[in-house]
Amino acid sequence: MSTTTERTTDAAYTSGSWDDLVGAALLGTERRRGSPGALLGAAAVQTVRRRAGLRPAEAGPRPEPAPHDPRPEPPEAAGRRLAQLLAGRAGAGSGSGRRGAAPDLTELLPQWLAAAAQHGYRAPASLIPALLDVARARSDLRPQALALAGTRGLWLARLNPDWRFALRGGSGGAGELPDAEDSVAVERLWQEGLFAERVALLGLVRAHEAAAGPRLLETTWSTERAEDRLMFLDSLRVGLSAGDEPFLEAALGDRSRNVRATAAELLSALPTSALAGRMAERALTCVGPEGVTPPAECDAGMLRDGVVKRPPAGRGERAWWLGQLVESAPLSCWRDRFGGLGPAEIVALPVAEGWAEELHAAWCRAAVRQGDPAWSQALLGEASAPPAAGPATASLAERAKLLSTLGEEERAAWVAEFIRTHGLSEAFQLLGVCLVPWAGALGRVVIEALDSARETGGYPWSFSGVMGLAERCLDPAEAGRLDALAAEPVEEGGAAAYWSEAFQRLVATLRLRAALHTELTPPPTH
Amino acid sequence: MTEQGVRWTAEQVLALAPDDASRKAGARLGGAGPWSQTGGSASGAVWGLCKGSGSTPYRTVVDLSGPAYKCSCPSRKFPCKHALGLLLLWAAEGLDTSSGAPDWAGEWLAERAAKAARPATGRSGPADAEGARKRAERRAARIGAGVTELEQRLADLVRGGLAGQERAGYAAWEETAARMVDAQAPGLASRVRELGTIPSCGTGWPARMLEEAALLHLLDRAWLGVSGLPEPLVETVRSRLGLQSRTEGEAVRDHWLVLAQYDTASPDGRLITRRTWLRGLRSGRPALVLDFGPPGRPPGLALPVGLALEAEARFRPGSAGLRADLGEGFGPAAPCRTAPAGVSTTAALEAYGAALREDPWLESWPVVLGPVVPIPGGRQEGAQGEQQASEAWQLADAEGTSALPVPLTGAGSRPGTGLWQLAALSGGGPLTVFGECGHLGFTPLTAWHPDSSEPVVLG
Repeated sequence: MSTTTERTTDAAYTSGSWDDLVGAALLGTERRRGSPGALLGAAAVQTVRRRAGLRPAEAGPRPEPAPHDPRPEPPEAAGRRLAQLLAGRAGAGSGSGRRGAAPDLTELLPQWLAAAAQHGYRAPASLIPALLDVARARSDLRPQALALAGTRGLWLARLNPDWRFALRGGSGGAGELPDAEDSVAVERLWQEGLFAERVALLGLVRAHEAAAGPRLLETTWSTERAEDRLMFLDSLRVGLSAGDEPFLEAALGDRSRNVRATAAELLSALPTSALAGRMAERALTCVGPEGVTPPAECDAGMLRDGVVKRPPAGRGERAWWLGQLVESAPLSCWRDRFGGLGPAEIVALPVAEGWAEELHAAWCRAAVRQGDPAWSQALLGEASAPPAAGPATASLAERAKLLSTLGEEERAAWVAEFIRTHGLSEAFQLLGVCLVPWAGALGRVVIEALDSARETGGYPWSFSGVMGLAERCLDPAEAGRLDALAAEPVEEGGAAAYWSEAFQRLVATLRLRAALHTELTPPPTH
Repeated sequence: MTEQGVRWTAEQVLALAPDDASRKAGARLGGAGPWSQTGGSASGAVWGLCKGSGSTPYRTVVDLSGPAYKCSCPSRKFPCKHALGLLLLWAAEGLDTSSGAPDWAGEWLAERAAKAARPATGRSGPADAEGARKRAERRAARIGAGVTELEQRLADLVRGGLAGQERAGYAAWEETAARMVDAQAPGLASRVRELGTIPSCGTGWPARMLEEAALLHLLDRAWLGVSGLPEPLVETVRSRLGLQSRTEGEAVRDHWLVLAQYDTASPDGRLITRRTWLRGLRSGRPALVLDFGPPGRPPGLALPVGLALEAEARFRPGSAGLRADLGEGFGPAAPCRTAPAGVSTTAALEAYGAALREDPWLESWPVVLGPVVPIPGGRQEGAQGEQQASEAWQLADAEGTSALPVPLTGAGSRPGTGLWQLAALSGGGPLTVFGECGHLGFTPLTAWHPDSSEPVVLG
């Protein structure tokens, strides 16, 4: 009896569909009184038959082709270098003092990206995913990485939610932009484009014709979200001109406080603007040769011009208002007020008890905002003077900002002088604003200072910040000068061995940087 | 141009690295900085001195025709970072070939040349035929016992039903796998381990488990009836069980193009398997070279993708004629300057189907596919910005409507970097892709853009 059932069941296995077999296997042959061998045998036949008879599936919708990127690919060697730098990006910086004698590839990636941007290259396609990952992980590299990835990068980012940031980010030059003259295309992208594309478009249009920027903005301004309005205004900072004034003036009445404040700040950076004039008028009544009288109240006019009424905790109202008036007034207004004196003389004047710090700090902010080298120079004073005795500010961060308004040579000379008298320990921020590669004299001062730090028995990791900067900023031509330091004979262990290693790394990094730039230089075309 | 002039790419060099750490360390040594007295020979060798932390620089020499490496550093990695750095330097800038090799490099190179010239000597003395036969019999008996036990285990599995497996856990299968190791059938052991992992692999597991159990049953039955099988199938069965082949394979001399190379670790991490896929440029024949290494000592064979080397490949009998061992090479490997020709998706599956006839246990077959367009899966924005839902990635024929699915690997079945590289390279256009085509779909390993002969290894 049972044999008959078994035979029937086994026959069913052989003739059954694959799904029947899976069902039978799930339940178990015991319940159906079949034989396990028959089920496994039938399944084996079906498995091999199914595999051998596989047919292709129907293709899904294909992605739209990526837009054409007309830029050239970097030369082969440079492309390989990029692959190497991208492969070495993970896990490099251990962060702890001693780093060995080999260059830190992570730090060279920004340089590669910046140099490639100057040559106008596009990324080799196979490296775009790694570039997008870098852009996601390091926001400092994002604009450059995205610019290099170009239209294909954006195309790819649309396919992968991990890279959505690329479509939102405010990077310029990422999308394919129309001709600035093609008003229909400009209008269309402005209406339909992604935010990143619109910011880039605004930059393009303004570079082509300054007045076209505000015109474009006005067409949609009332419908933009507050955060977008703020970002658009912020992008006007580059290439700001008198032509932008009417638009900014109108933005002083914006619904959003941040937008109003940014508009006021931009207007104050335009020395000829009406707002700058109004601020000058207010500031001049407060400050003069006879002394300092801070404003008694913050009236409606001041509020409209962007003065913030409530001071942060711990600061007096009147000092707070004074600071804002002075920093927004054009610096040129002070010469007449002080009887024709120049900036250095004005800064050197004694100020009534208690107001000097407030006034000088405001002048510093104004010099930075207006990019005024003469005032910056005056406020910085002599580099050799002890920082605390400087005319304006002892803060290195403030000084670095002032320095950045000076011409390259002046800046490098000031910092070199500072290092020569005060050493390296405080030079980090100041070096950060110097043009890369460092000017010859500046570089030599840094190397000398490192050398004397070694001689006085310091450890290289006490200077790891400057060391890292030197790796990024020293002119590769200085590598020869460093060879001698790297090769100093040393006994095992001790500070000297670490220094020798640190210098070796510096030399190796400089050589690598030199190679990196050579590789990026396009071969001569005939 | 000397052969030395045809340099490898940095990718090709970095593909030799035994692990990620060496790849990074090697890349750092790939500049002129630490190197001195570097040079190369037209016959395919490069050498140089690399400054390390000690006072004596390391002596590094590479014979490109192996490639084979020698370095005086104490590293046990192979190739070491110095060899990688030297090759990168050579790849980037080339090396001076005007001066001869220094003594320390020349001696080793001469030794290698002499060894290559010597005819291969046979294995040890007079074979103990009787002893060998007895050993083979004993082993066959042990395997037979193991196979019978496994059959019992499989019968129990389907008798009780797969449904209980999700709860039963892995341990019982691990125990069975250990029994198969004892029975000297390592091939069965690894299949059993694989079987044990299926219930935890997500939806559709019962069908997959039945497939694997059925194929294991097929292998058991084949072994039990091995005397009645035709000869090539006997060899296939023996190799699937993990036994060495008894006959010498066919030797094919050709220019072998390296299509792909990648490592996988065994589930317990104790063995690294390196797969190297080759294709004969003359014969068109595919070859799979397997090489093994314990952790920290990666497999010795390191061939950069995109190079072609003239060599004799000895194909092992059975297994659809895929497994090969590389014999002596004839001259240095050189980059292949053309992308291989591809076939359609239909032809790819036909090739896999045909190979199954010879080896029903075959998971996949090596195929150069193309021109094809990668179609990314997941949610993507369509032309008009609407969301189109599709699940798996596909590789579709550039002309026509057929496509192969691409199995997703990695955590959470998210597409790995390699697939995104493939998409970036394609930009929606057609390209040529080498990969493994099997019942799970097509796994891309290497791609060629239509405008470039240089292969891109999909990471």
